[in-house]
Amino acid sequence: MMDFMTLIQVLDSTVRLATPLLLACLAGLYSERAGIFDIGLEGKMLVAAFFSAAIAYVSGSVWLGLLAGIGASMLLAGLHGLASITFRGNQLISGVAINFLAAGMTVLIAQDWFQQGGRTPSLAGNARFNPIELPFAEALSGVPFFGPIYAELLSGHSILVYIAFLAVPGTWWLLYRTRFGLRLRAVGENPAAVDTAGVSVVGLRYAAVGICGILCGIAGAYLATALQAGFVKDMTAGRGFIALAALIFAKWRPWQAMWACLLFGFLQAIALRYQNIDLGGVVIPVQVMDALPYILTVVILAGFVGKAIPPRAGGEPYVKER
Amino acid sequence: MTLMKSLMGAVASFALTAGMALAEPALIFDLGGKFDKSFNEAAFNGAQRWAEETGGSFREIELQSEAQREQALRRFAEAGANPVITTGFAFATPVEAVAGDYPDTKFVNIDGWMPEVPANVQLIAFQEHQGSYLVGMLAAMASKSGTIGFIGGMDIPLIRHFGCGYAQGAKAVNPDINIVANMTGTTPTAWNDPVKGSELTKAQISQGADVVYAAAGGTGVGVLQTAADEGILSIGVDSNQNHMHPGKVLTSMLKRVDVAVYNSMKAGADMETGGFTVLGLAEEGVGWALDDNNASLISDEMKMAANDARQKIIDGDIEVVAYYTNDSCPVLDF
Repeated sequence: MMDFMTLIQVLDSTVRLATPLLLACLAGLYSERAGIFDIGLEGKMLVAAFFSAAIAYVSGSVWLGLLAGIGASMLLAGLHGLASITFRGNQLISGVAINFLAAGMTVLIAQDWFQQGGRTPSLAGNARFNPIELPFAEALSGVPFFGPIYAELLSGHSILVYIAFLAVPGTWWLLYRTRFGLRLRAVGENPAAVDTAGVSVVGLRYAAVGICGILCGIAGAYLATALQAGFVKDMTAGRGFIALAALIFAKWRPWQAMWACLLFGFLQAIALRYQNIDLGGVVIPVQVMDALPYILTVVILAGFVGKAIPPRAGGEPYVKER
Repeated sequence: MTLMKSLMGAVASFALTAGMALAEPALIFDLGGKFDKSFNEAAFNGAQRWAEETGGSFREIELQSEAQREQALRRFAEAGANPVITTGFAFATPVEAVAGDYPDTKFVNIDGWMPEVPANVQLIAFQEHQGSYLVGMLAAMASKSGTIGFIGGMDIPLIRHFGCGYAQGAKAVNPDINIVANMTGTTPTAWNDPVKGSELTKAQISQGADVVYAAAGGTGVGVLQTAADEGILSIGVDSNQNHMHPGKVLTSMLKRVDVAVYNSMKAGADMETGGFTVLGLAEEGVGWALDDNNASLISDEMKMAANDARQKIIDGDIEVVAYYTNDSCPVLDF
């Protein structure tokens, strides 16, 4: 059914599709591990996508665009933090509000700035992240088996893809090998204990939400300035929610998050490549493939395959004294 | 007091007559959004042209969710707008439901279908398969690899209708041509997912396609972009999209929604209703775009062949099978 080159192409597509999921998933991981549920990943990615494209277009530099995207995403993350940490509001409602705010604001501002109907003009040249050719990719592409893997699959992505995959061991190290990580995880499980130890719960949670903003910003910038050449309204198209599904699927752990995102990306890539899959008489329609990430998440949540236990203090605003 | 009363009465009746005289047309855009560079934007351009030519003004609303359809229709009808023009097949059911309550208001729906058309409703349908047939021919003639692609937006019969005409046109030129057809998705987000459009294009390129036809609203922006980046040709849809990547968009399948909206607004409250208007090649309702941006891509031979086929379809010598006829396509499986 699939020859080697086709497999490489599908995996290449998997990497591209999994990268925004992975960044958003890690963003959610920091936030939720610190006890702040965040369903506003989608909204943060969307504002980042818009501002990165807009600033990259105006300045002609994609790096300024990336910074603007991260800034905008952090602003919304700060808003979420203000609502759910400082004012102890409902984290889910704050997240929903952020999604609505992002969907409306991006189109409104885009229309006001560019008058192109809620989109940014097309980016070209240095206003886009261009693919990076890894050294010797061209020379090695002739080597059987490993050549195509190196030249097609590993090489030729934009720098943000490599950053996303490096963020996985980075996150693991930060969470499990540093004092900050220990405290961050503790604040999601038992904030009272952290408080008793004299560490600021509010400070740690704001830090987590801030990191979440940075990662969502990179994810949005990747969509608008690396995969695409500009912003189109609602271009995140539900990726923030698939990332949340991946986070639950991975049971809030970094390495597993990467595999979950790759799996979901792979399912998408397969669905894009083959509309209907014929398995010896049984035809799997493309809709099943599109729905699989959600189905798998429900299966996990229902406890059929291990148990997904969220951080214990997740969703609870911390009140020092009652 | 009496003076006040009569004054009020005068003001009220004046306001009423003013309201009657200024029966503005209203235009409701579907979920794709007013500036989708495609279907809804064409409707907007038609309305804009009418406004500029007549100095009139029109009311408009861009829908944000499914739930607003009936509400928007009722609001415009209550406010005295006439005619109320809606774009998109999904409006057929709400229009049918609302029309009976406002017998004096004329409703227009583009792309919709109803079993029985109420007396104050006019449905406008386009022969998209005819226009797609012509761009399919052009695609097959421009293709060097013998493989061409089709990328649809949301998987609905209308979009299959586009794809089916395209495949028939391509097969007419080259019976052995290989057509790769993909749909972006099954929910309305499929109209606005350029990232997925790009991936689909890359997947089709890796299967050998060197011309891709995007009938996918905002998703098409990603298709055209990737096609331009990867150095293959693309075909735009609904509006003329040749200018988006000059020299890299082979042509665009024009669906003159703008003409339909313009004509409806021009006819105003007196327009004929109670039936179907079908706009095909003969009425210039559909066609293919040729301008400075793609002139170098279309050889004289291609132009002649397309114009020849156009005439034959109008004369009935070539019959393009509509997907709707038996809910399947003779030359393409989806």
